[in-house]
This record gives sequence, structure tokens and C-alpha cells, in this order.
Amino acid sequence: MHPFAYVAPGTVDEAIAVLNEHGDRARPMAGGTDLLVKARANVWELDAVVDIKNIPELMNLSVGSDGLSIGAGVPCYEVYENSEIVADYPGIVDGASIIGGIQIQSRAGLGGNLCNAAPSGDGICPLIVYSAVARIASSSGIREVPVEDFCTGPSQTVLETGDLLVSIEVPKPAANSGAAYTRFIPRNEMDIAVAGVGVFVQLDSSGQNFESARIALASVGPTPILAATTGNSLAGKPVNDESIAAAASLARDAATPITDMRGTIEQRKQLVEVLTGRMIKQAVERARG
Amino acid sequence: MVATFEPKTDYKVVGTRPIRHDGYDKVTGRAIYGGDMKLPGLIWGVCVRSPHAHANIKSIDTTAAEAMDGVFAVITGADMPKAPSKLVDLGEGNINFKWASNKLMADDKVLYRGHPVAAIAAVDRYTAEEAARKVTVEYEVLPSVTNVVDALKEDAPILLEDLVGDDLGEDVTNTNMAAHVRHEFGDVEGAFASAAHTIEREYNMQMVHQGYIEPQNATAMWDEEDRIKVWTSTQGAFPARTQIAGILQVDVSRVKVTPLEIGGGFGGKIPVYFEPLAAILSKKSQRPVKMVMERSAVFETTGPTPGARMIIKLGADANGKLTAATADIWFEAGANPGAFIGPAAMCVYAPYEIANTRIDGWDVLVNKPKVAPYRAPGSPQVAFAMESAIDELCENAGWDSLQFRIDNASKEGTRRGDGVLFSKIGMQEVLEAVKTSDHWNSPLGDAPAGKARGRGIANGYWFNIGLKSSANLAVNSDGTVQLTEGSTDIGGSRTAMAMHVAEVLGIGAHDVRPTVGDTESIGYTDVTGGSRTTYATGYACWLAANNLVDVLKERVAILWDINSDDVDFNDGVFSSKAEAEKTIGFKELAGKLDDLGGPANSTGSVDLESAGDGFGTHIADVEIDLATGKTDIVRYTVVQDVGTAIHPAYVEGQLQGGAVQGIGWALNEEYFMLDDGRMANSSFLDYRMPTTLDLPLIDTVMVEVPNPLHPYGVRGVGETPICPPIPAIANAIKEAIGTRLYETPMNAGSILKALK
Repeated sequence: MHPFAYVAPGTVDEAIAVLNEHGDRARPMAGGTDLLVKARANVWELDAVVDIKNIPELMNLSVGSDGLSIGAGVPCYEVYENSEIVADYPGIVDGASIIGGIQIQSRAGLGGNLCNAAPSGDGICPLIVYSAVARIASSSGIREVPVEDFCTGPSQTVLETGDLLVSIEVPKPAANSGAAYTRFIPRNEMDIAVAGVGVFVQLDSSGQNFESARIALASVGPTPILAATTGNSLAGKPVNDESIAAAASLARDAATPITDMRGTIEQRKQLVEVLTGRMIKQAVERARG
Repeated sequence: MVATFEPKTDYKVVGTRPIRHDGYDKVTGRAIYGGDMKLPGLIWGVCVRSPHAHANIKSIDTTAAEAMDGVFAVITGADMPKAPSKLVDLGEGNINFKWASNKLMADDKVLYRGHPVAAIAAVDRYTAEEAARKVTVEYEVLPSVTNVVDALKEDAPILLEDLVGDDLGEDVTNTNMAAHVRHEFGDVEGAFASAAHTIEREYNMQMVHQGYIEPQNATAMWDEEDRIKVWTSTQGAFPARTQIAGILQVDVSRVKVTPLEIGGGFGGKIPVYFEPLAAILSKKSQRPVKMVMERSAVFETTGPTPGARMIIKLGADANGKLTAATADIWFEAGANPGAFIGPAAMCVYAPYEIANTRIDGWDVLVNKPKVAPYRAPGSPQVAFAMESAIDELCENAGWDSLQFRIDNASKEGTRRGDGVLFSKIGMQEVLEAVKTSDHWNSPLGDAPAGKARGRGIANGYWFNIGLKSSANLAVNSDGTVQLTEGSTDIGGSRTAMAMHVAEVLGIGAHDVRPTVGDTESIGYTDVTGGSRTTYATGYACWLAANNLVDVLKERVAILWDINSDDVDFNDGVFSSKAEAEKTIGFKELAGKLDDLGGPANSTGSVDLESAGDGFGTHIADVEIDLATGKTDIVRYTVVQDVGTAIHPAYVEGQLQGGAVQGIGWALNEEYFMLDDGRMANSSFLDYRMPTTLDLPLIDTVMVEVPNPLHPYGVRGVGETPICPPIPAIANAIKEAIGTRLYETPMNAGSILKALK
């Protein structure tokens, strides 16, 4: 591990100044559970680590009438221990509560999970299906990027030198909606997704028909994927086994996995189909309350 | 003449469950492990490792690293003493010093990825790592082989040009085959010709790792007197000393090994890795040097157990009696010879009485790390093949596989596959205990929708070993006893040793304070391995305690002014044979020793040829998600003959731990090798060992058939339980999904494929 300076600024502007000064030899640190591993393994050679946990805005977690705001440094446990979030954003809780183990979850957060940009990131698909937006600060101001556009490749994001993720803004889900996320892992915990599926559904007032749906897939492409066609295919369809199976089959086609030590193409496509079916059903159950 | 003992039942200490003596230090974090080592002037050592699995080293340039601030020493293969090609027995496997040395630091060729090509000592770890990146090595990359089939092909790349292979006694050169051995008894061909039922199947297994939590580490100081002090995590201070001295080419008395606490070993901490390198770095830098291995290197360069290819053929008569068996066994040795085909041959047929048998075993070099012992080395592999074949034979013939195992169980007098005749063993008792167990007599239960359940059983065997152990005792004036013994403690053995002493002396387990000695404070003791520790070192402790009783009788004789022959000792009380009411307790006597001749000490040592065989049978219930292929173990029971359980909780722990490692091996663990000879999954994230959340409570049934070779009837228990899980799970999966798997790991992907 290359020796680095530890910087703990108290404001966004100070943080951006340090990031600008060091370019790609500095990184913001939230929980550090990915960053420190990469620094130790010499994946990153850093001159400065910018701890963001002293910046109040980045540690803010608030649930309001127009939605949920998750500061970039908020750890997972704060998300899943918040009863309002559990009630209104269960899909996000699904993701936040399976990242690493309990020790990891007390440090690591959804902001770091998003910036780490692993194709398997369990926090990312739920944010995508909830139509979340990333608020990014830089010396030229604030910009917003939909989460589905945030990751550009494995460990690659839209963030440029001097950019700092401030928060993730999740719009308040409409009535009669529900969401769920799950992944397949060979073990029961402490593992990385062979495939993951997040589903958000909006039902009509009868609860018998889909009005719209968003489906996102993990570990089956270079980034978490918004399977837009798959989600759109459910719009206007009745909630039944046939329409769910048809969507699951489309999700299988939307997956573009590779074969590696964690699974084969065939296995991952099969898992996407199975998990999509299961998650649509669970999201419907939650939408119906 | 081997001493034998009658079983007893009226124990005071044996069979109880006292808190382990090292427990408080371990749970409070005060126990000292290798990573905790601090010495004045301590510096850090790291290795420069080969990125290639097989390559010639054209040149190494260390000048930039040597020039760095904070760097004290740089070594390469040129700094390694030239150790002779000589085989030395380490108790659980042999070592050839030339190869052992070459494994630690490449000479002119790298043989596996991660093979050290240089080592650096610097003021701190990060400076050393930075310097390591400045070493430039020019390689000529060679094609690599990573499985036994490729390694034995005509045009295979050859790992060791100077290897002379032993093919049934004939020398062979230009080969990756280090050895081919055969054991044959009876008329195998004739028996197959007359068999009513036969089966022949091939089984393949990937290499797996012990997965101990604590990585290899060593701290060494080579002083001005040419004395080498080493602090390390080892399964045997004396065998470590033998290896270090052999590799460094110095007398054993120049090396002092102080064993520290061990964060897991399972056999993998019998070979040394960093100890000689730290010593050479220390000699060059004149400072103590500490090295701690990174996890990826633990996977890529230390102690896996062999991957295997096996073909088993079985024959039985119309009445369900096994009559013939052949086994062809190819094991991966890694980059140096020594793939445990000997133990595999000893174990493959051990649970069964079969009149006509042949075993052929091949020890094959591949471009992977040299294998190290792993809990019953060689036996889980052959158990997978044999116990799967037994079940399939029974399925085809329509026989109950438990009854078949009972009807064909080995017993006293049965000939093992390598020719040894069994003494008193407990295979039949174990199988009868399975038949009457709660698990076997409980229904499997219905699987939820979309899932399927199956139950499987399988036998397992480890022969256990005896060998050499030493123990010393000294009485304290407060009536307690200091015990110093030579077995490094990887599973609670200190407490079992103390209990042997306490039982003899009639005092409590906590009246004995056990310490694991270094190589200058206790006599020679072999490895903590082979399931020998409680048996052999316990025996030495028992001897030392009996010798202490004799010493103390002399002191009582002084006290009462009688002859020591006239002193009796029972349950901690000395008495006069002439006057029965004249007594003195152990503790009271201890307080008077200053006036009765001074310190009372004793010693005990053993060199035991036989140990008493260990048999077990496991019952596994699995539940499989038919859409994802995921297997959950829903119920699991270990039944094993444990001889006498000295500390039943630790025996249960061994049975559960072995089962868990076997379950991991069965379902998910593997060296996932890329085409260029790299291991893709050298981290605990992707090398998937089971966690507590992946396991049910493992139930245990301890069958106690006392071992006549031990004063309290102890049998080794640690290794047998890793043998049955893989085939028990394979047999359960077959029952659940109707398809049999012949390869490990039997992971979700393999099961999905089988379900197609």
C-alpha cells in the first residue's frame, strides 16, 4: 500500500479542493470498505484519502413528503433501521441490508456502493428501480444524474476529477406501488451476487393490473442494467403468472452476462429469469400492502 | 511389545468439560499470535512473487530496490543455501530439503504462480512492498499444466527436468509423474468375472485449501553467535526446527523455535514457508525480521490439498457381499512431489472387507502450489469416489445402502487395501449407531414448493498416528502442577493434556497449568497432526504423571519414615499400606515438599508405532432449489467412534469442524484456475467457505469403543470427520434430484446443469 495523506474536510468546497489538487491520486472515502481494500491491494495508488464523514450534508438522511434523501456518507444500517424508510422504500432496504455483513453495514453506505460501481453492487439496482438521482458537486456547481446512467463500466462512473457525490435523491413512490430486490449467492451471507434483480411496480387502484414497472439487473453486464423493455412490457398487463413469466423471459434476454469463476452465462441468464419472476411477485405483494 | 489397557469407566476428570486453559486469553484478545510479535529493532520482510505459473528466470535486477531508503536486505534464490536432495519424515508426509528450499524461493525457474523470486526486508511493511515493486524480473514464460490429465500427456511441459519418477520400481525421466505405486491382493480379475453386480465410475475433484484464518507468519533473528531464533505459527516446533535447519543447512541445535498461538492449521502449518526466508533476511540485515503473508499468497502458494482424478470399480455377489474392487487414483502434487497417494491407498477401502483388491496411485506434478497436509490428507478424495460408487452399486442392485455398509463393514482382522490387518475397530458399532440414531429414524420431511429433499450417508476413515511426544511436570507448593508439553495447540489439546495429568494425580483439571514448550524447554515432540496429539502426547502426560506419583511416594516415605514401596496412592491421597488410617492428600504433600527433598519433577516420553483407527459415518439431509440449483443442508449428523472422549466438548467440536470443512469442499470450494495457470478466486470472498449462516447445527453421536493402545482408550478424532461429508452430500443430492454428480464442487451451477 502506497502511503497516503488522510484529509477530513468539514465542507463540500474543501473536499472538492483537495480532490482537484490530487486528481486521480485522491479519492473520497465514505465507509472505506471498498476503498481501503483497493488501496491495500495496490489497485489504487493514492496520495490522499478524503474522508467525507465530517461534512454534515453528506451525512444527512431525511425522509419527506417528496421523497428520500440519502447523504453520500450515510451507512447502510441507518437506512435499514429507519422505520419510515422500511415502510416506504422496502426495495432499498432489501439492498442495504445485504451488502457485506453487519460490521460492513455499519460503515459502508449506498453512496459508496454506487461510486464503487461494481456490476454486482446490491445497493444500485434498488436505486435504479426507484428512479433515484445522484446529486454531484464540483467546483462548477451541482448537477444531477439518474442512477441508471451513473455507472459507465466496471468501477467506472460519470464522476470526473473534482466531482463529489453529495446525495442520492429518491422520489416518493406513488400509492399502489411496491419494490423488491434480491440476488443469488452460493452462500447465505457475506457473498457477491452471481445475479441480482430489482423490481418496482405501480399497480392500478384495483391492484389487479400493472400500470408501470422498472426492472434492473445486477452482475449480468458491465454495470447494473436498467432493463427498460422488460419493465415497460408489464404496463397495462394483468397481474398473473402469464404476464410475470413473459416479463421474466424478457429479463433473461436483457441480461448480457459473462462466464467467470462466479457463474456461467447460461446459469446467470436462468437466475435472472427466476429472480425476476420472484421479485415481481414480491413487489406486487408489497404494492397491495 | 506394545502395552495394552483395559477400558475403565470410573473416571473423575476424563469425560468432563472444563473451560479451556487458554480460553480467557483468546476471547479477550490477549493470546499472542505471530501477527502480534514485536521485538526491539524489528523490521518487515515481504516476497517478490512470480506472476507466471511456469517460467524460466532470465534475470533479476534488485538494484533499484536495494537503493531505496529504509531497505535493509534483498535476497534471491542465489542466497539460499544449496540443500541436498534428502527425504525426511515429518510425521504427516515427508520433506525433501532441496525441493522444500526451492518451493520457498525459486532458483532459475518458477513452478507456480506466486512462487517467490526475491525477498526484501525494510523498515516497515509498506516500504518493503514499495521496494518489491522495484525489483525487475525477466521471465521466459513456459506453457503450464494444472491438472493430472494434461500433466501426463506425451508432450506435456515438464516441471522438474531432474526429476526421476518411480514407476512401480522402475526409474523414469522427462516426466511429471513422481511416483506410481500399487497394492494388490487376491484374484481381482477372477472376482470381477464371477461378480453378480459391478459398477465402474470416474470421479474428479478440484484442489481445495485448508482456509485457516491466520495467515502464515514468521519472525526470525539470526544473531552474532549464529544462533537462529524463530517465532512462528506452526503445528510442530520440532518439525519446524528440522525443516528450518535442513533448508538453512545448519545443526538443529542452532535453531530455537518458539511456537505462538495458532489461528488454524488443519495440516497446512506443518510445512514452513517464511521461517527460512526471514532468517536469511535477518542474517543479512542483522535485525529481527517479521513476515506475515497476504491472503492471496496463502491461497496461491501454501498448502492446498490435491485435486484428483479417480476411477473406482466394484464387484459384489448376488447376496450383496463385496467381492472385488479396483481404484486408480491420480493426485495433483503441485510443483514438487508428495501428493498423499500413500494415505489414499490406506483409506480407500478401509470401511469394507473386500477379499480381492487392487489400488494404483500416481503422484503427479502440476503448476500449482505444492500440496500440504489437510485434515486426513488423501482420504476425503477417495471417500468421495468409493462412497459414491457404493451407493450407486446399491441403487442398481436394489439394496439398502446402510444395510449393505453394515453387512460389508470391516472389523478386527480385516485386511486394509494396503495389506495392514485391523486391530480392534469400531466401524460396525458406528453403523449400528447410525441405524438407531434419531436422525436416521426421522422422516426427511416435505420440501416446500419448487424444492426437493434428499438424504445421504457415507463412511469415512483415518488411520491415526502415534509417534514421538514429551511432557514434563513440576509440583507447585500450592498443590498445583506445571505441565510443559511439546504439542502446539490447535484444538484445545492443552486442556486434554492437563486432564490426563489431573486424572492420574487425583486433582482438578484447573490444578494443572499446561504450557506448550519451545524447542529448548521440552523434549522432541512430533507434529500436531495425524490426529495423534491427544493420543500420543496425552500418553506421555499420563506417563509423566505416573512417574510423578513415584517421585512423591519417595517423599511420603521420608515424611512417615517408611519404605516407598509401602506407600499407596489412590484418587489424590497417599496412604500407608501398613496403617490404612495414615494418609496425606496431594495438595497437603505439595506444601511440605520443601522439607521433603525439595522440588518434585517428572518427565514422560513416548514413541508409539500404532494409534488405533478412526471410523465415522455421516447422515446429510439436503434441500435443493430446483430453479436456482442452490443446496441447503437442512439436517446433519456425525456418528464416529472416538475411543474415549477425554473432553467431550472438544471432541464434538472436532466432529463438527471436520463436517463443516467437508460440506464446504462438497458444495462450493475450489481452486478456479484460469488457462494461464492463475487462480482466479484467491480471496475469502470468492473462495467460498461456508459461514455459520450456511449450516445447521451439526449433531454428533459419539460412539466410544476404547482404544486398547491408550491408557484411557483415546482414539484420534480430528481427521476422520472430514471424509464422509462430500459423498454423503453427493448421495443426498442424487436422492433429491435423481441425478448423480461425479465432480466437486457440487455447486449451484453444476446442479442446474444436471437438472437440464
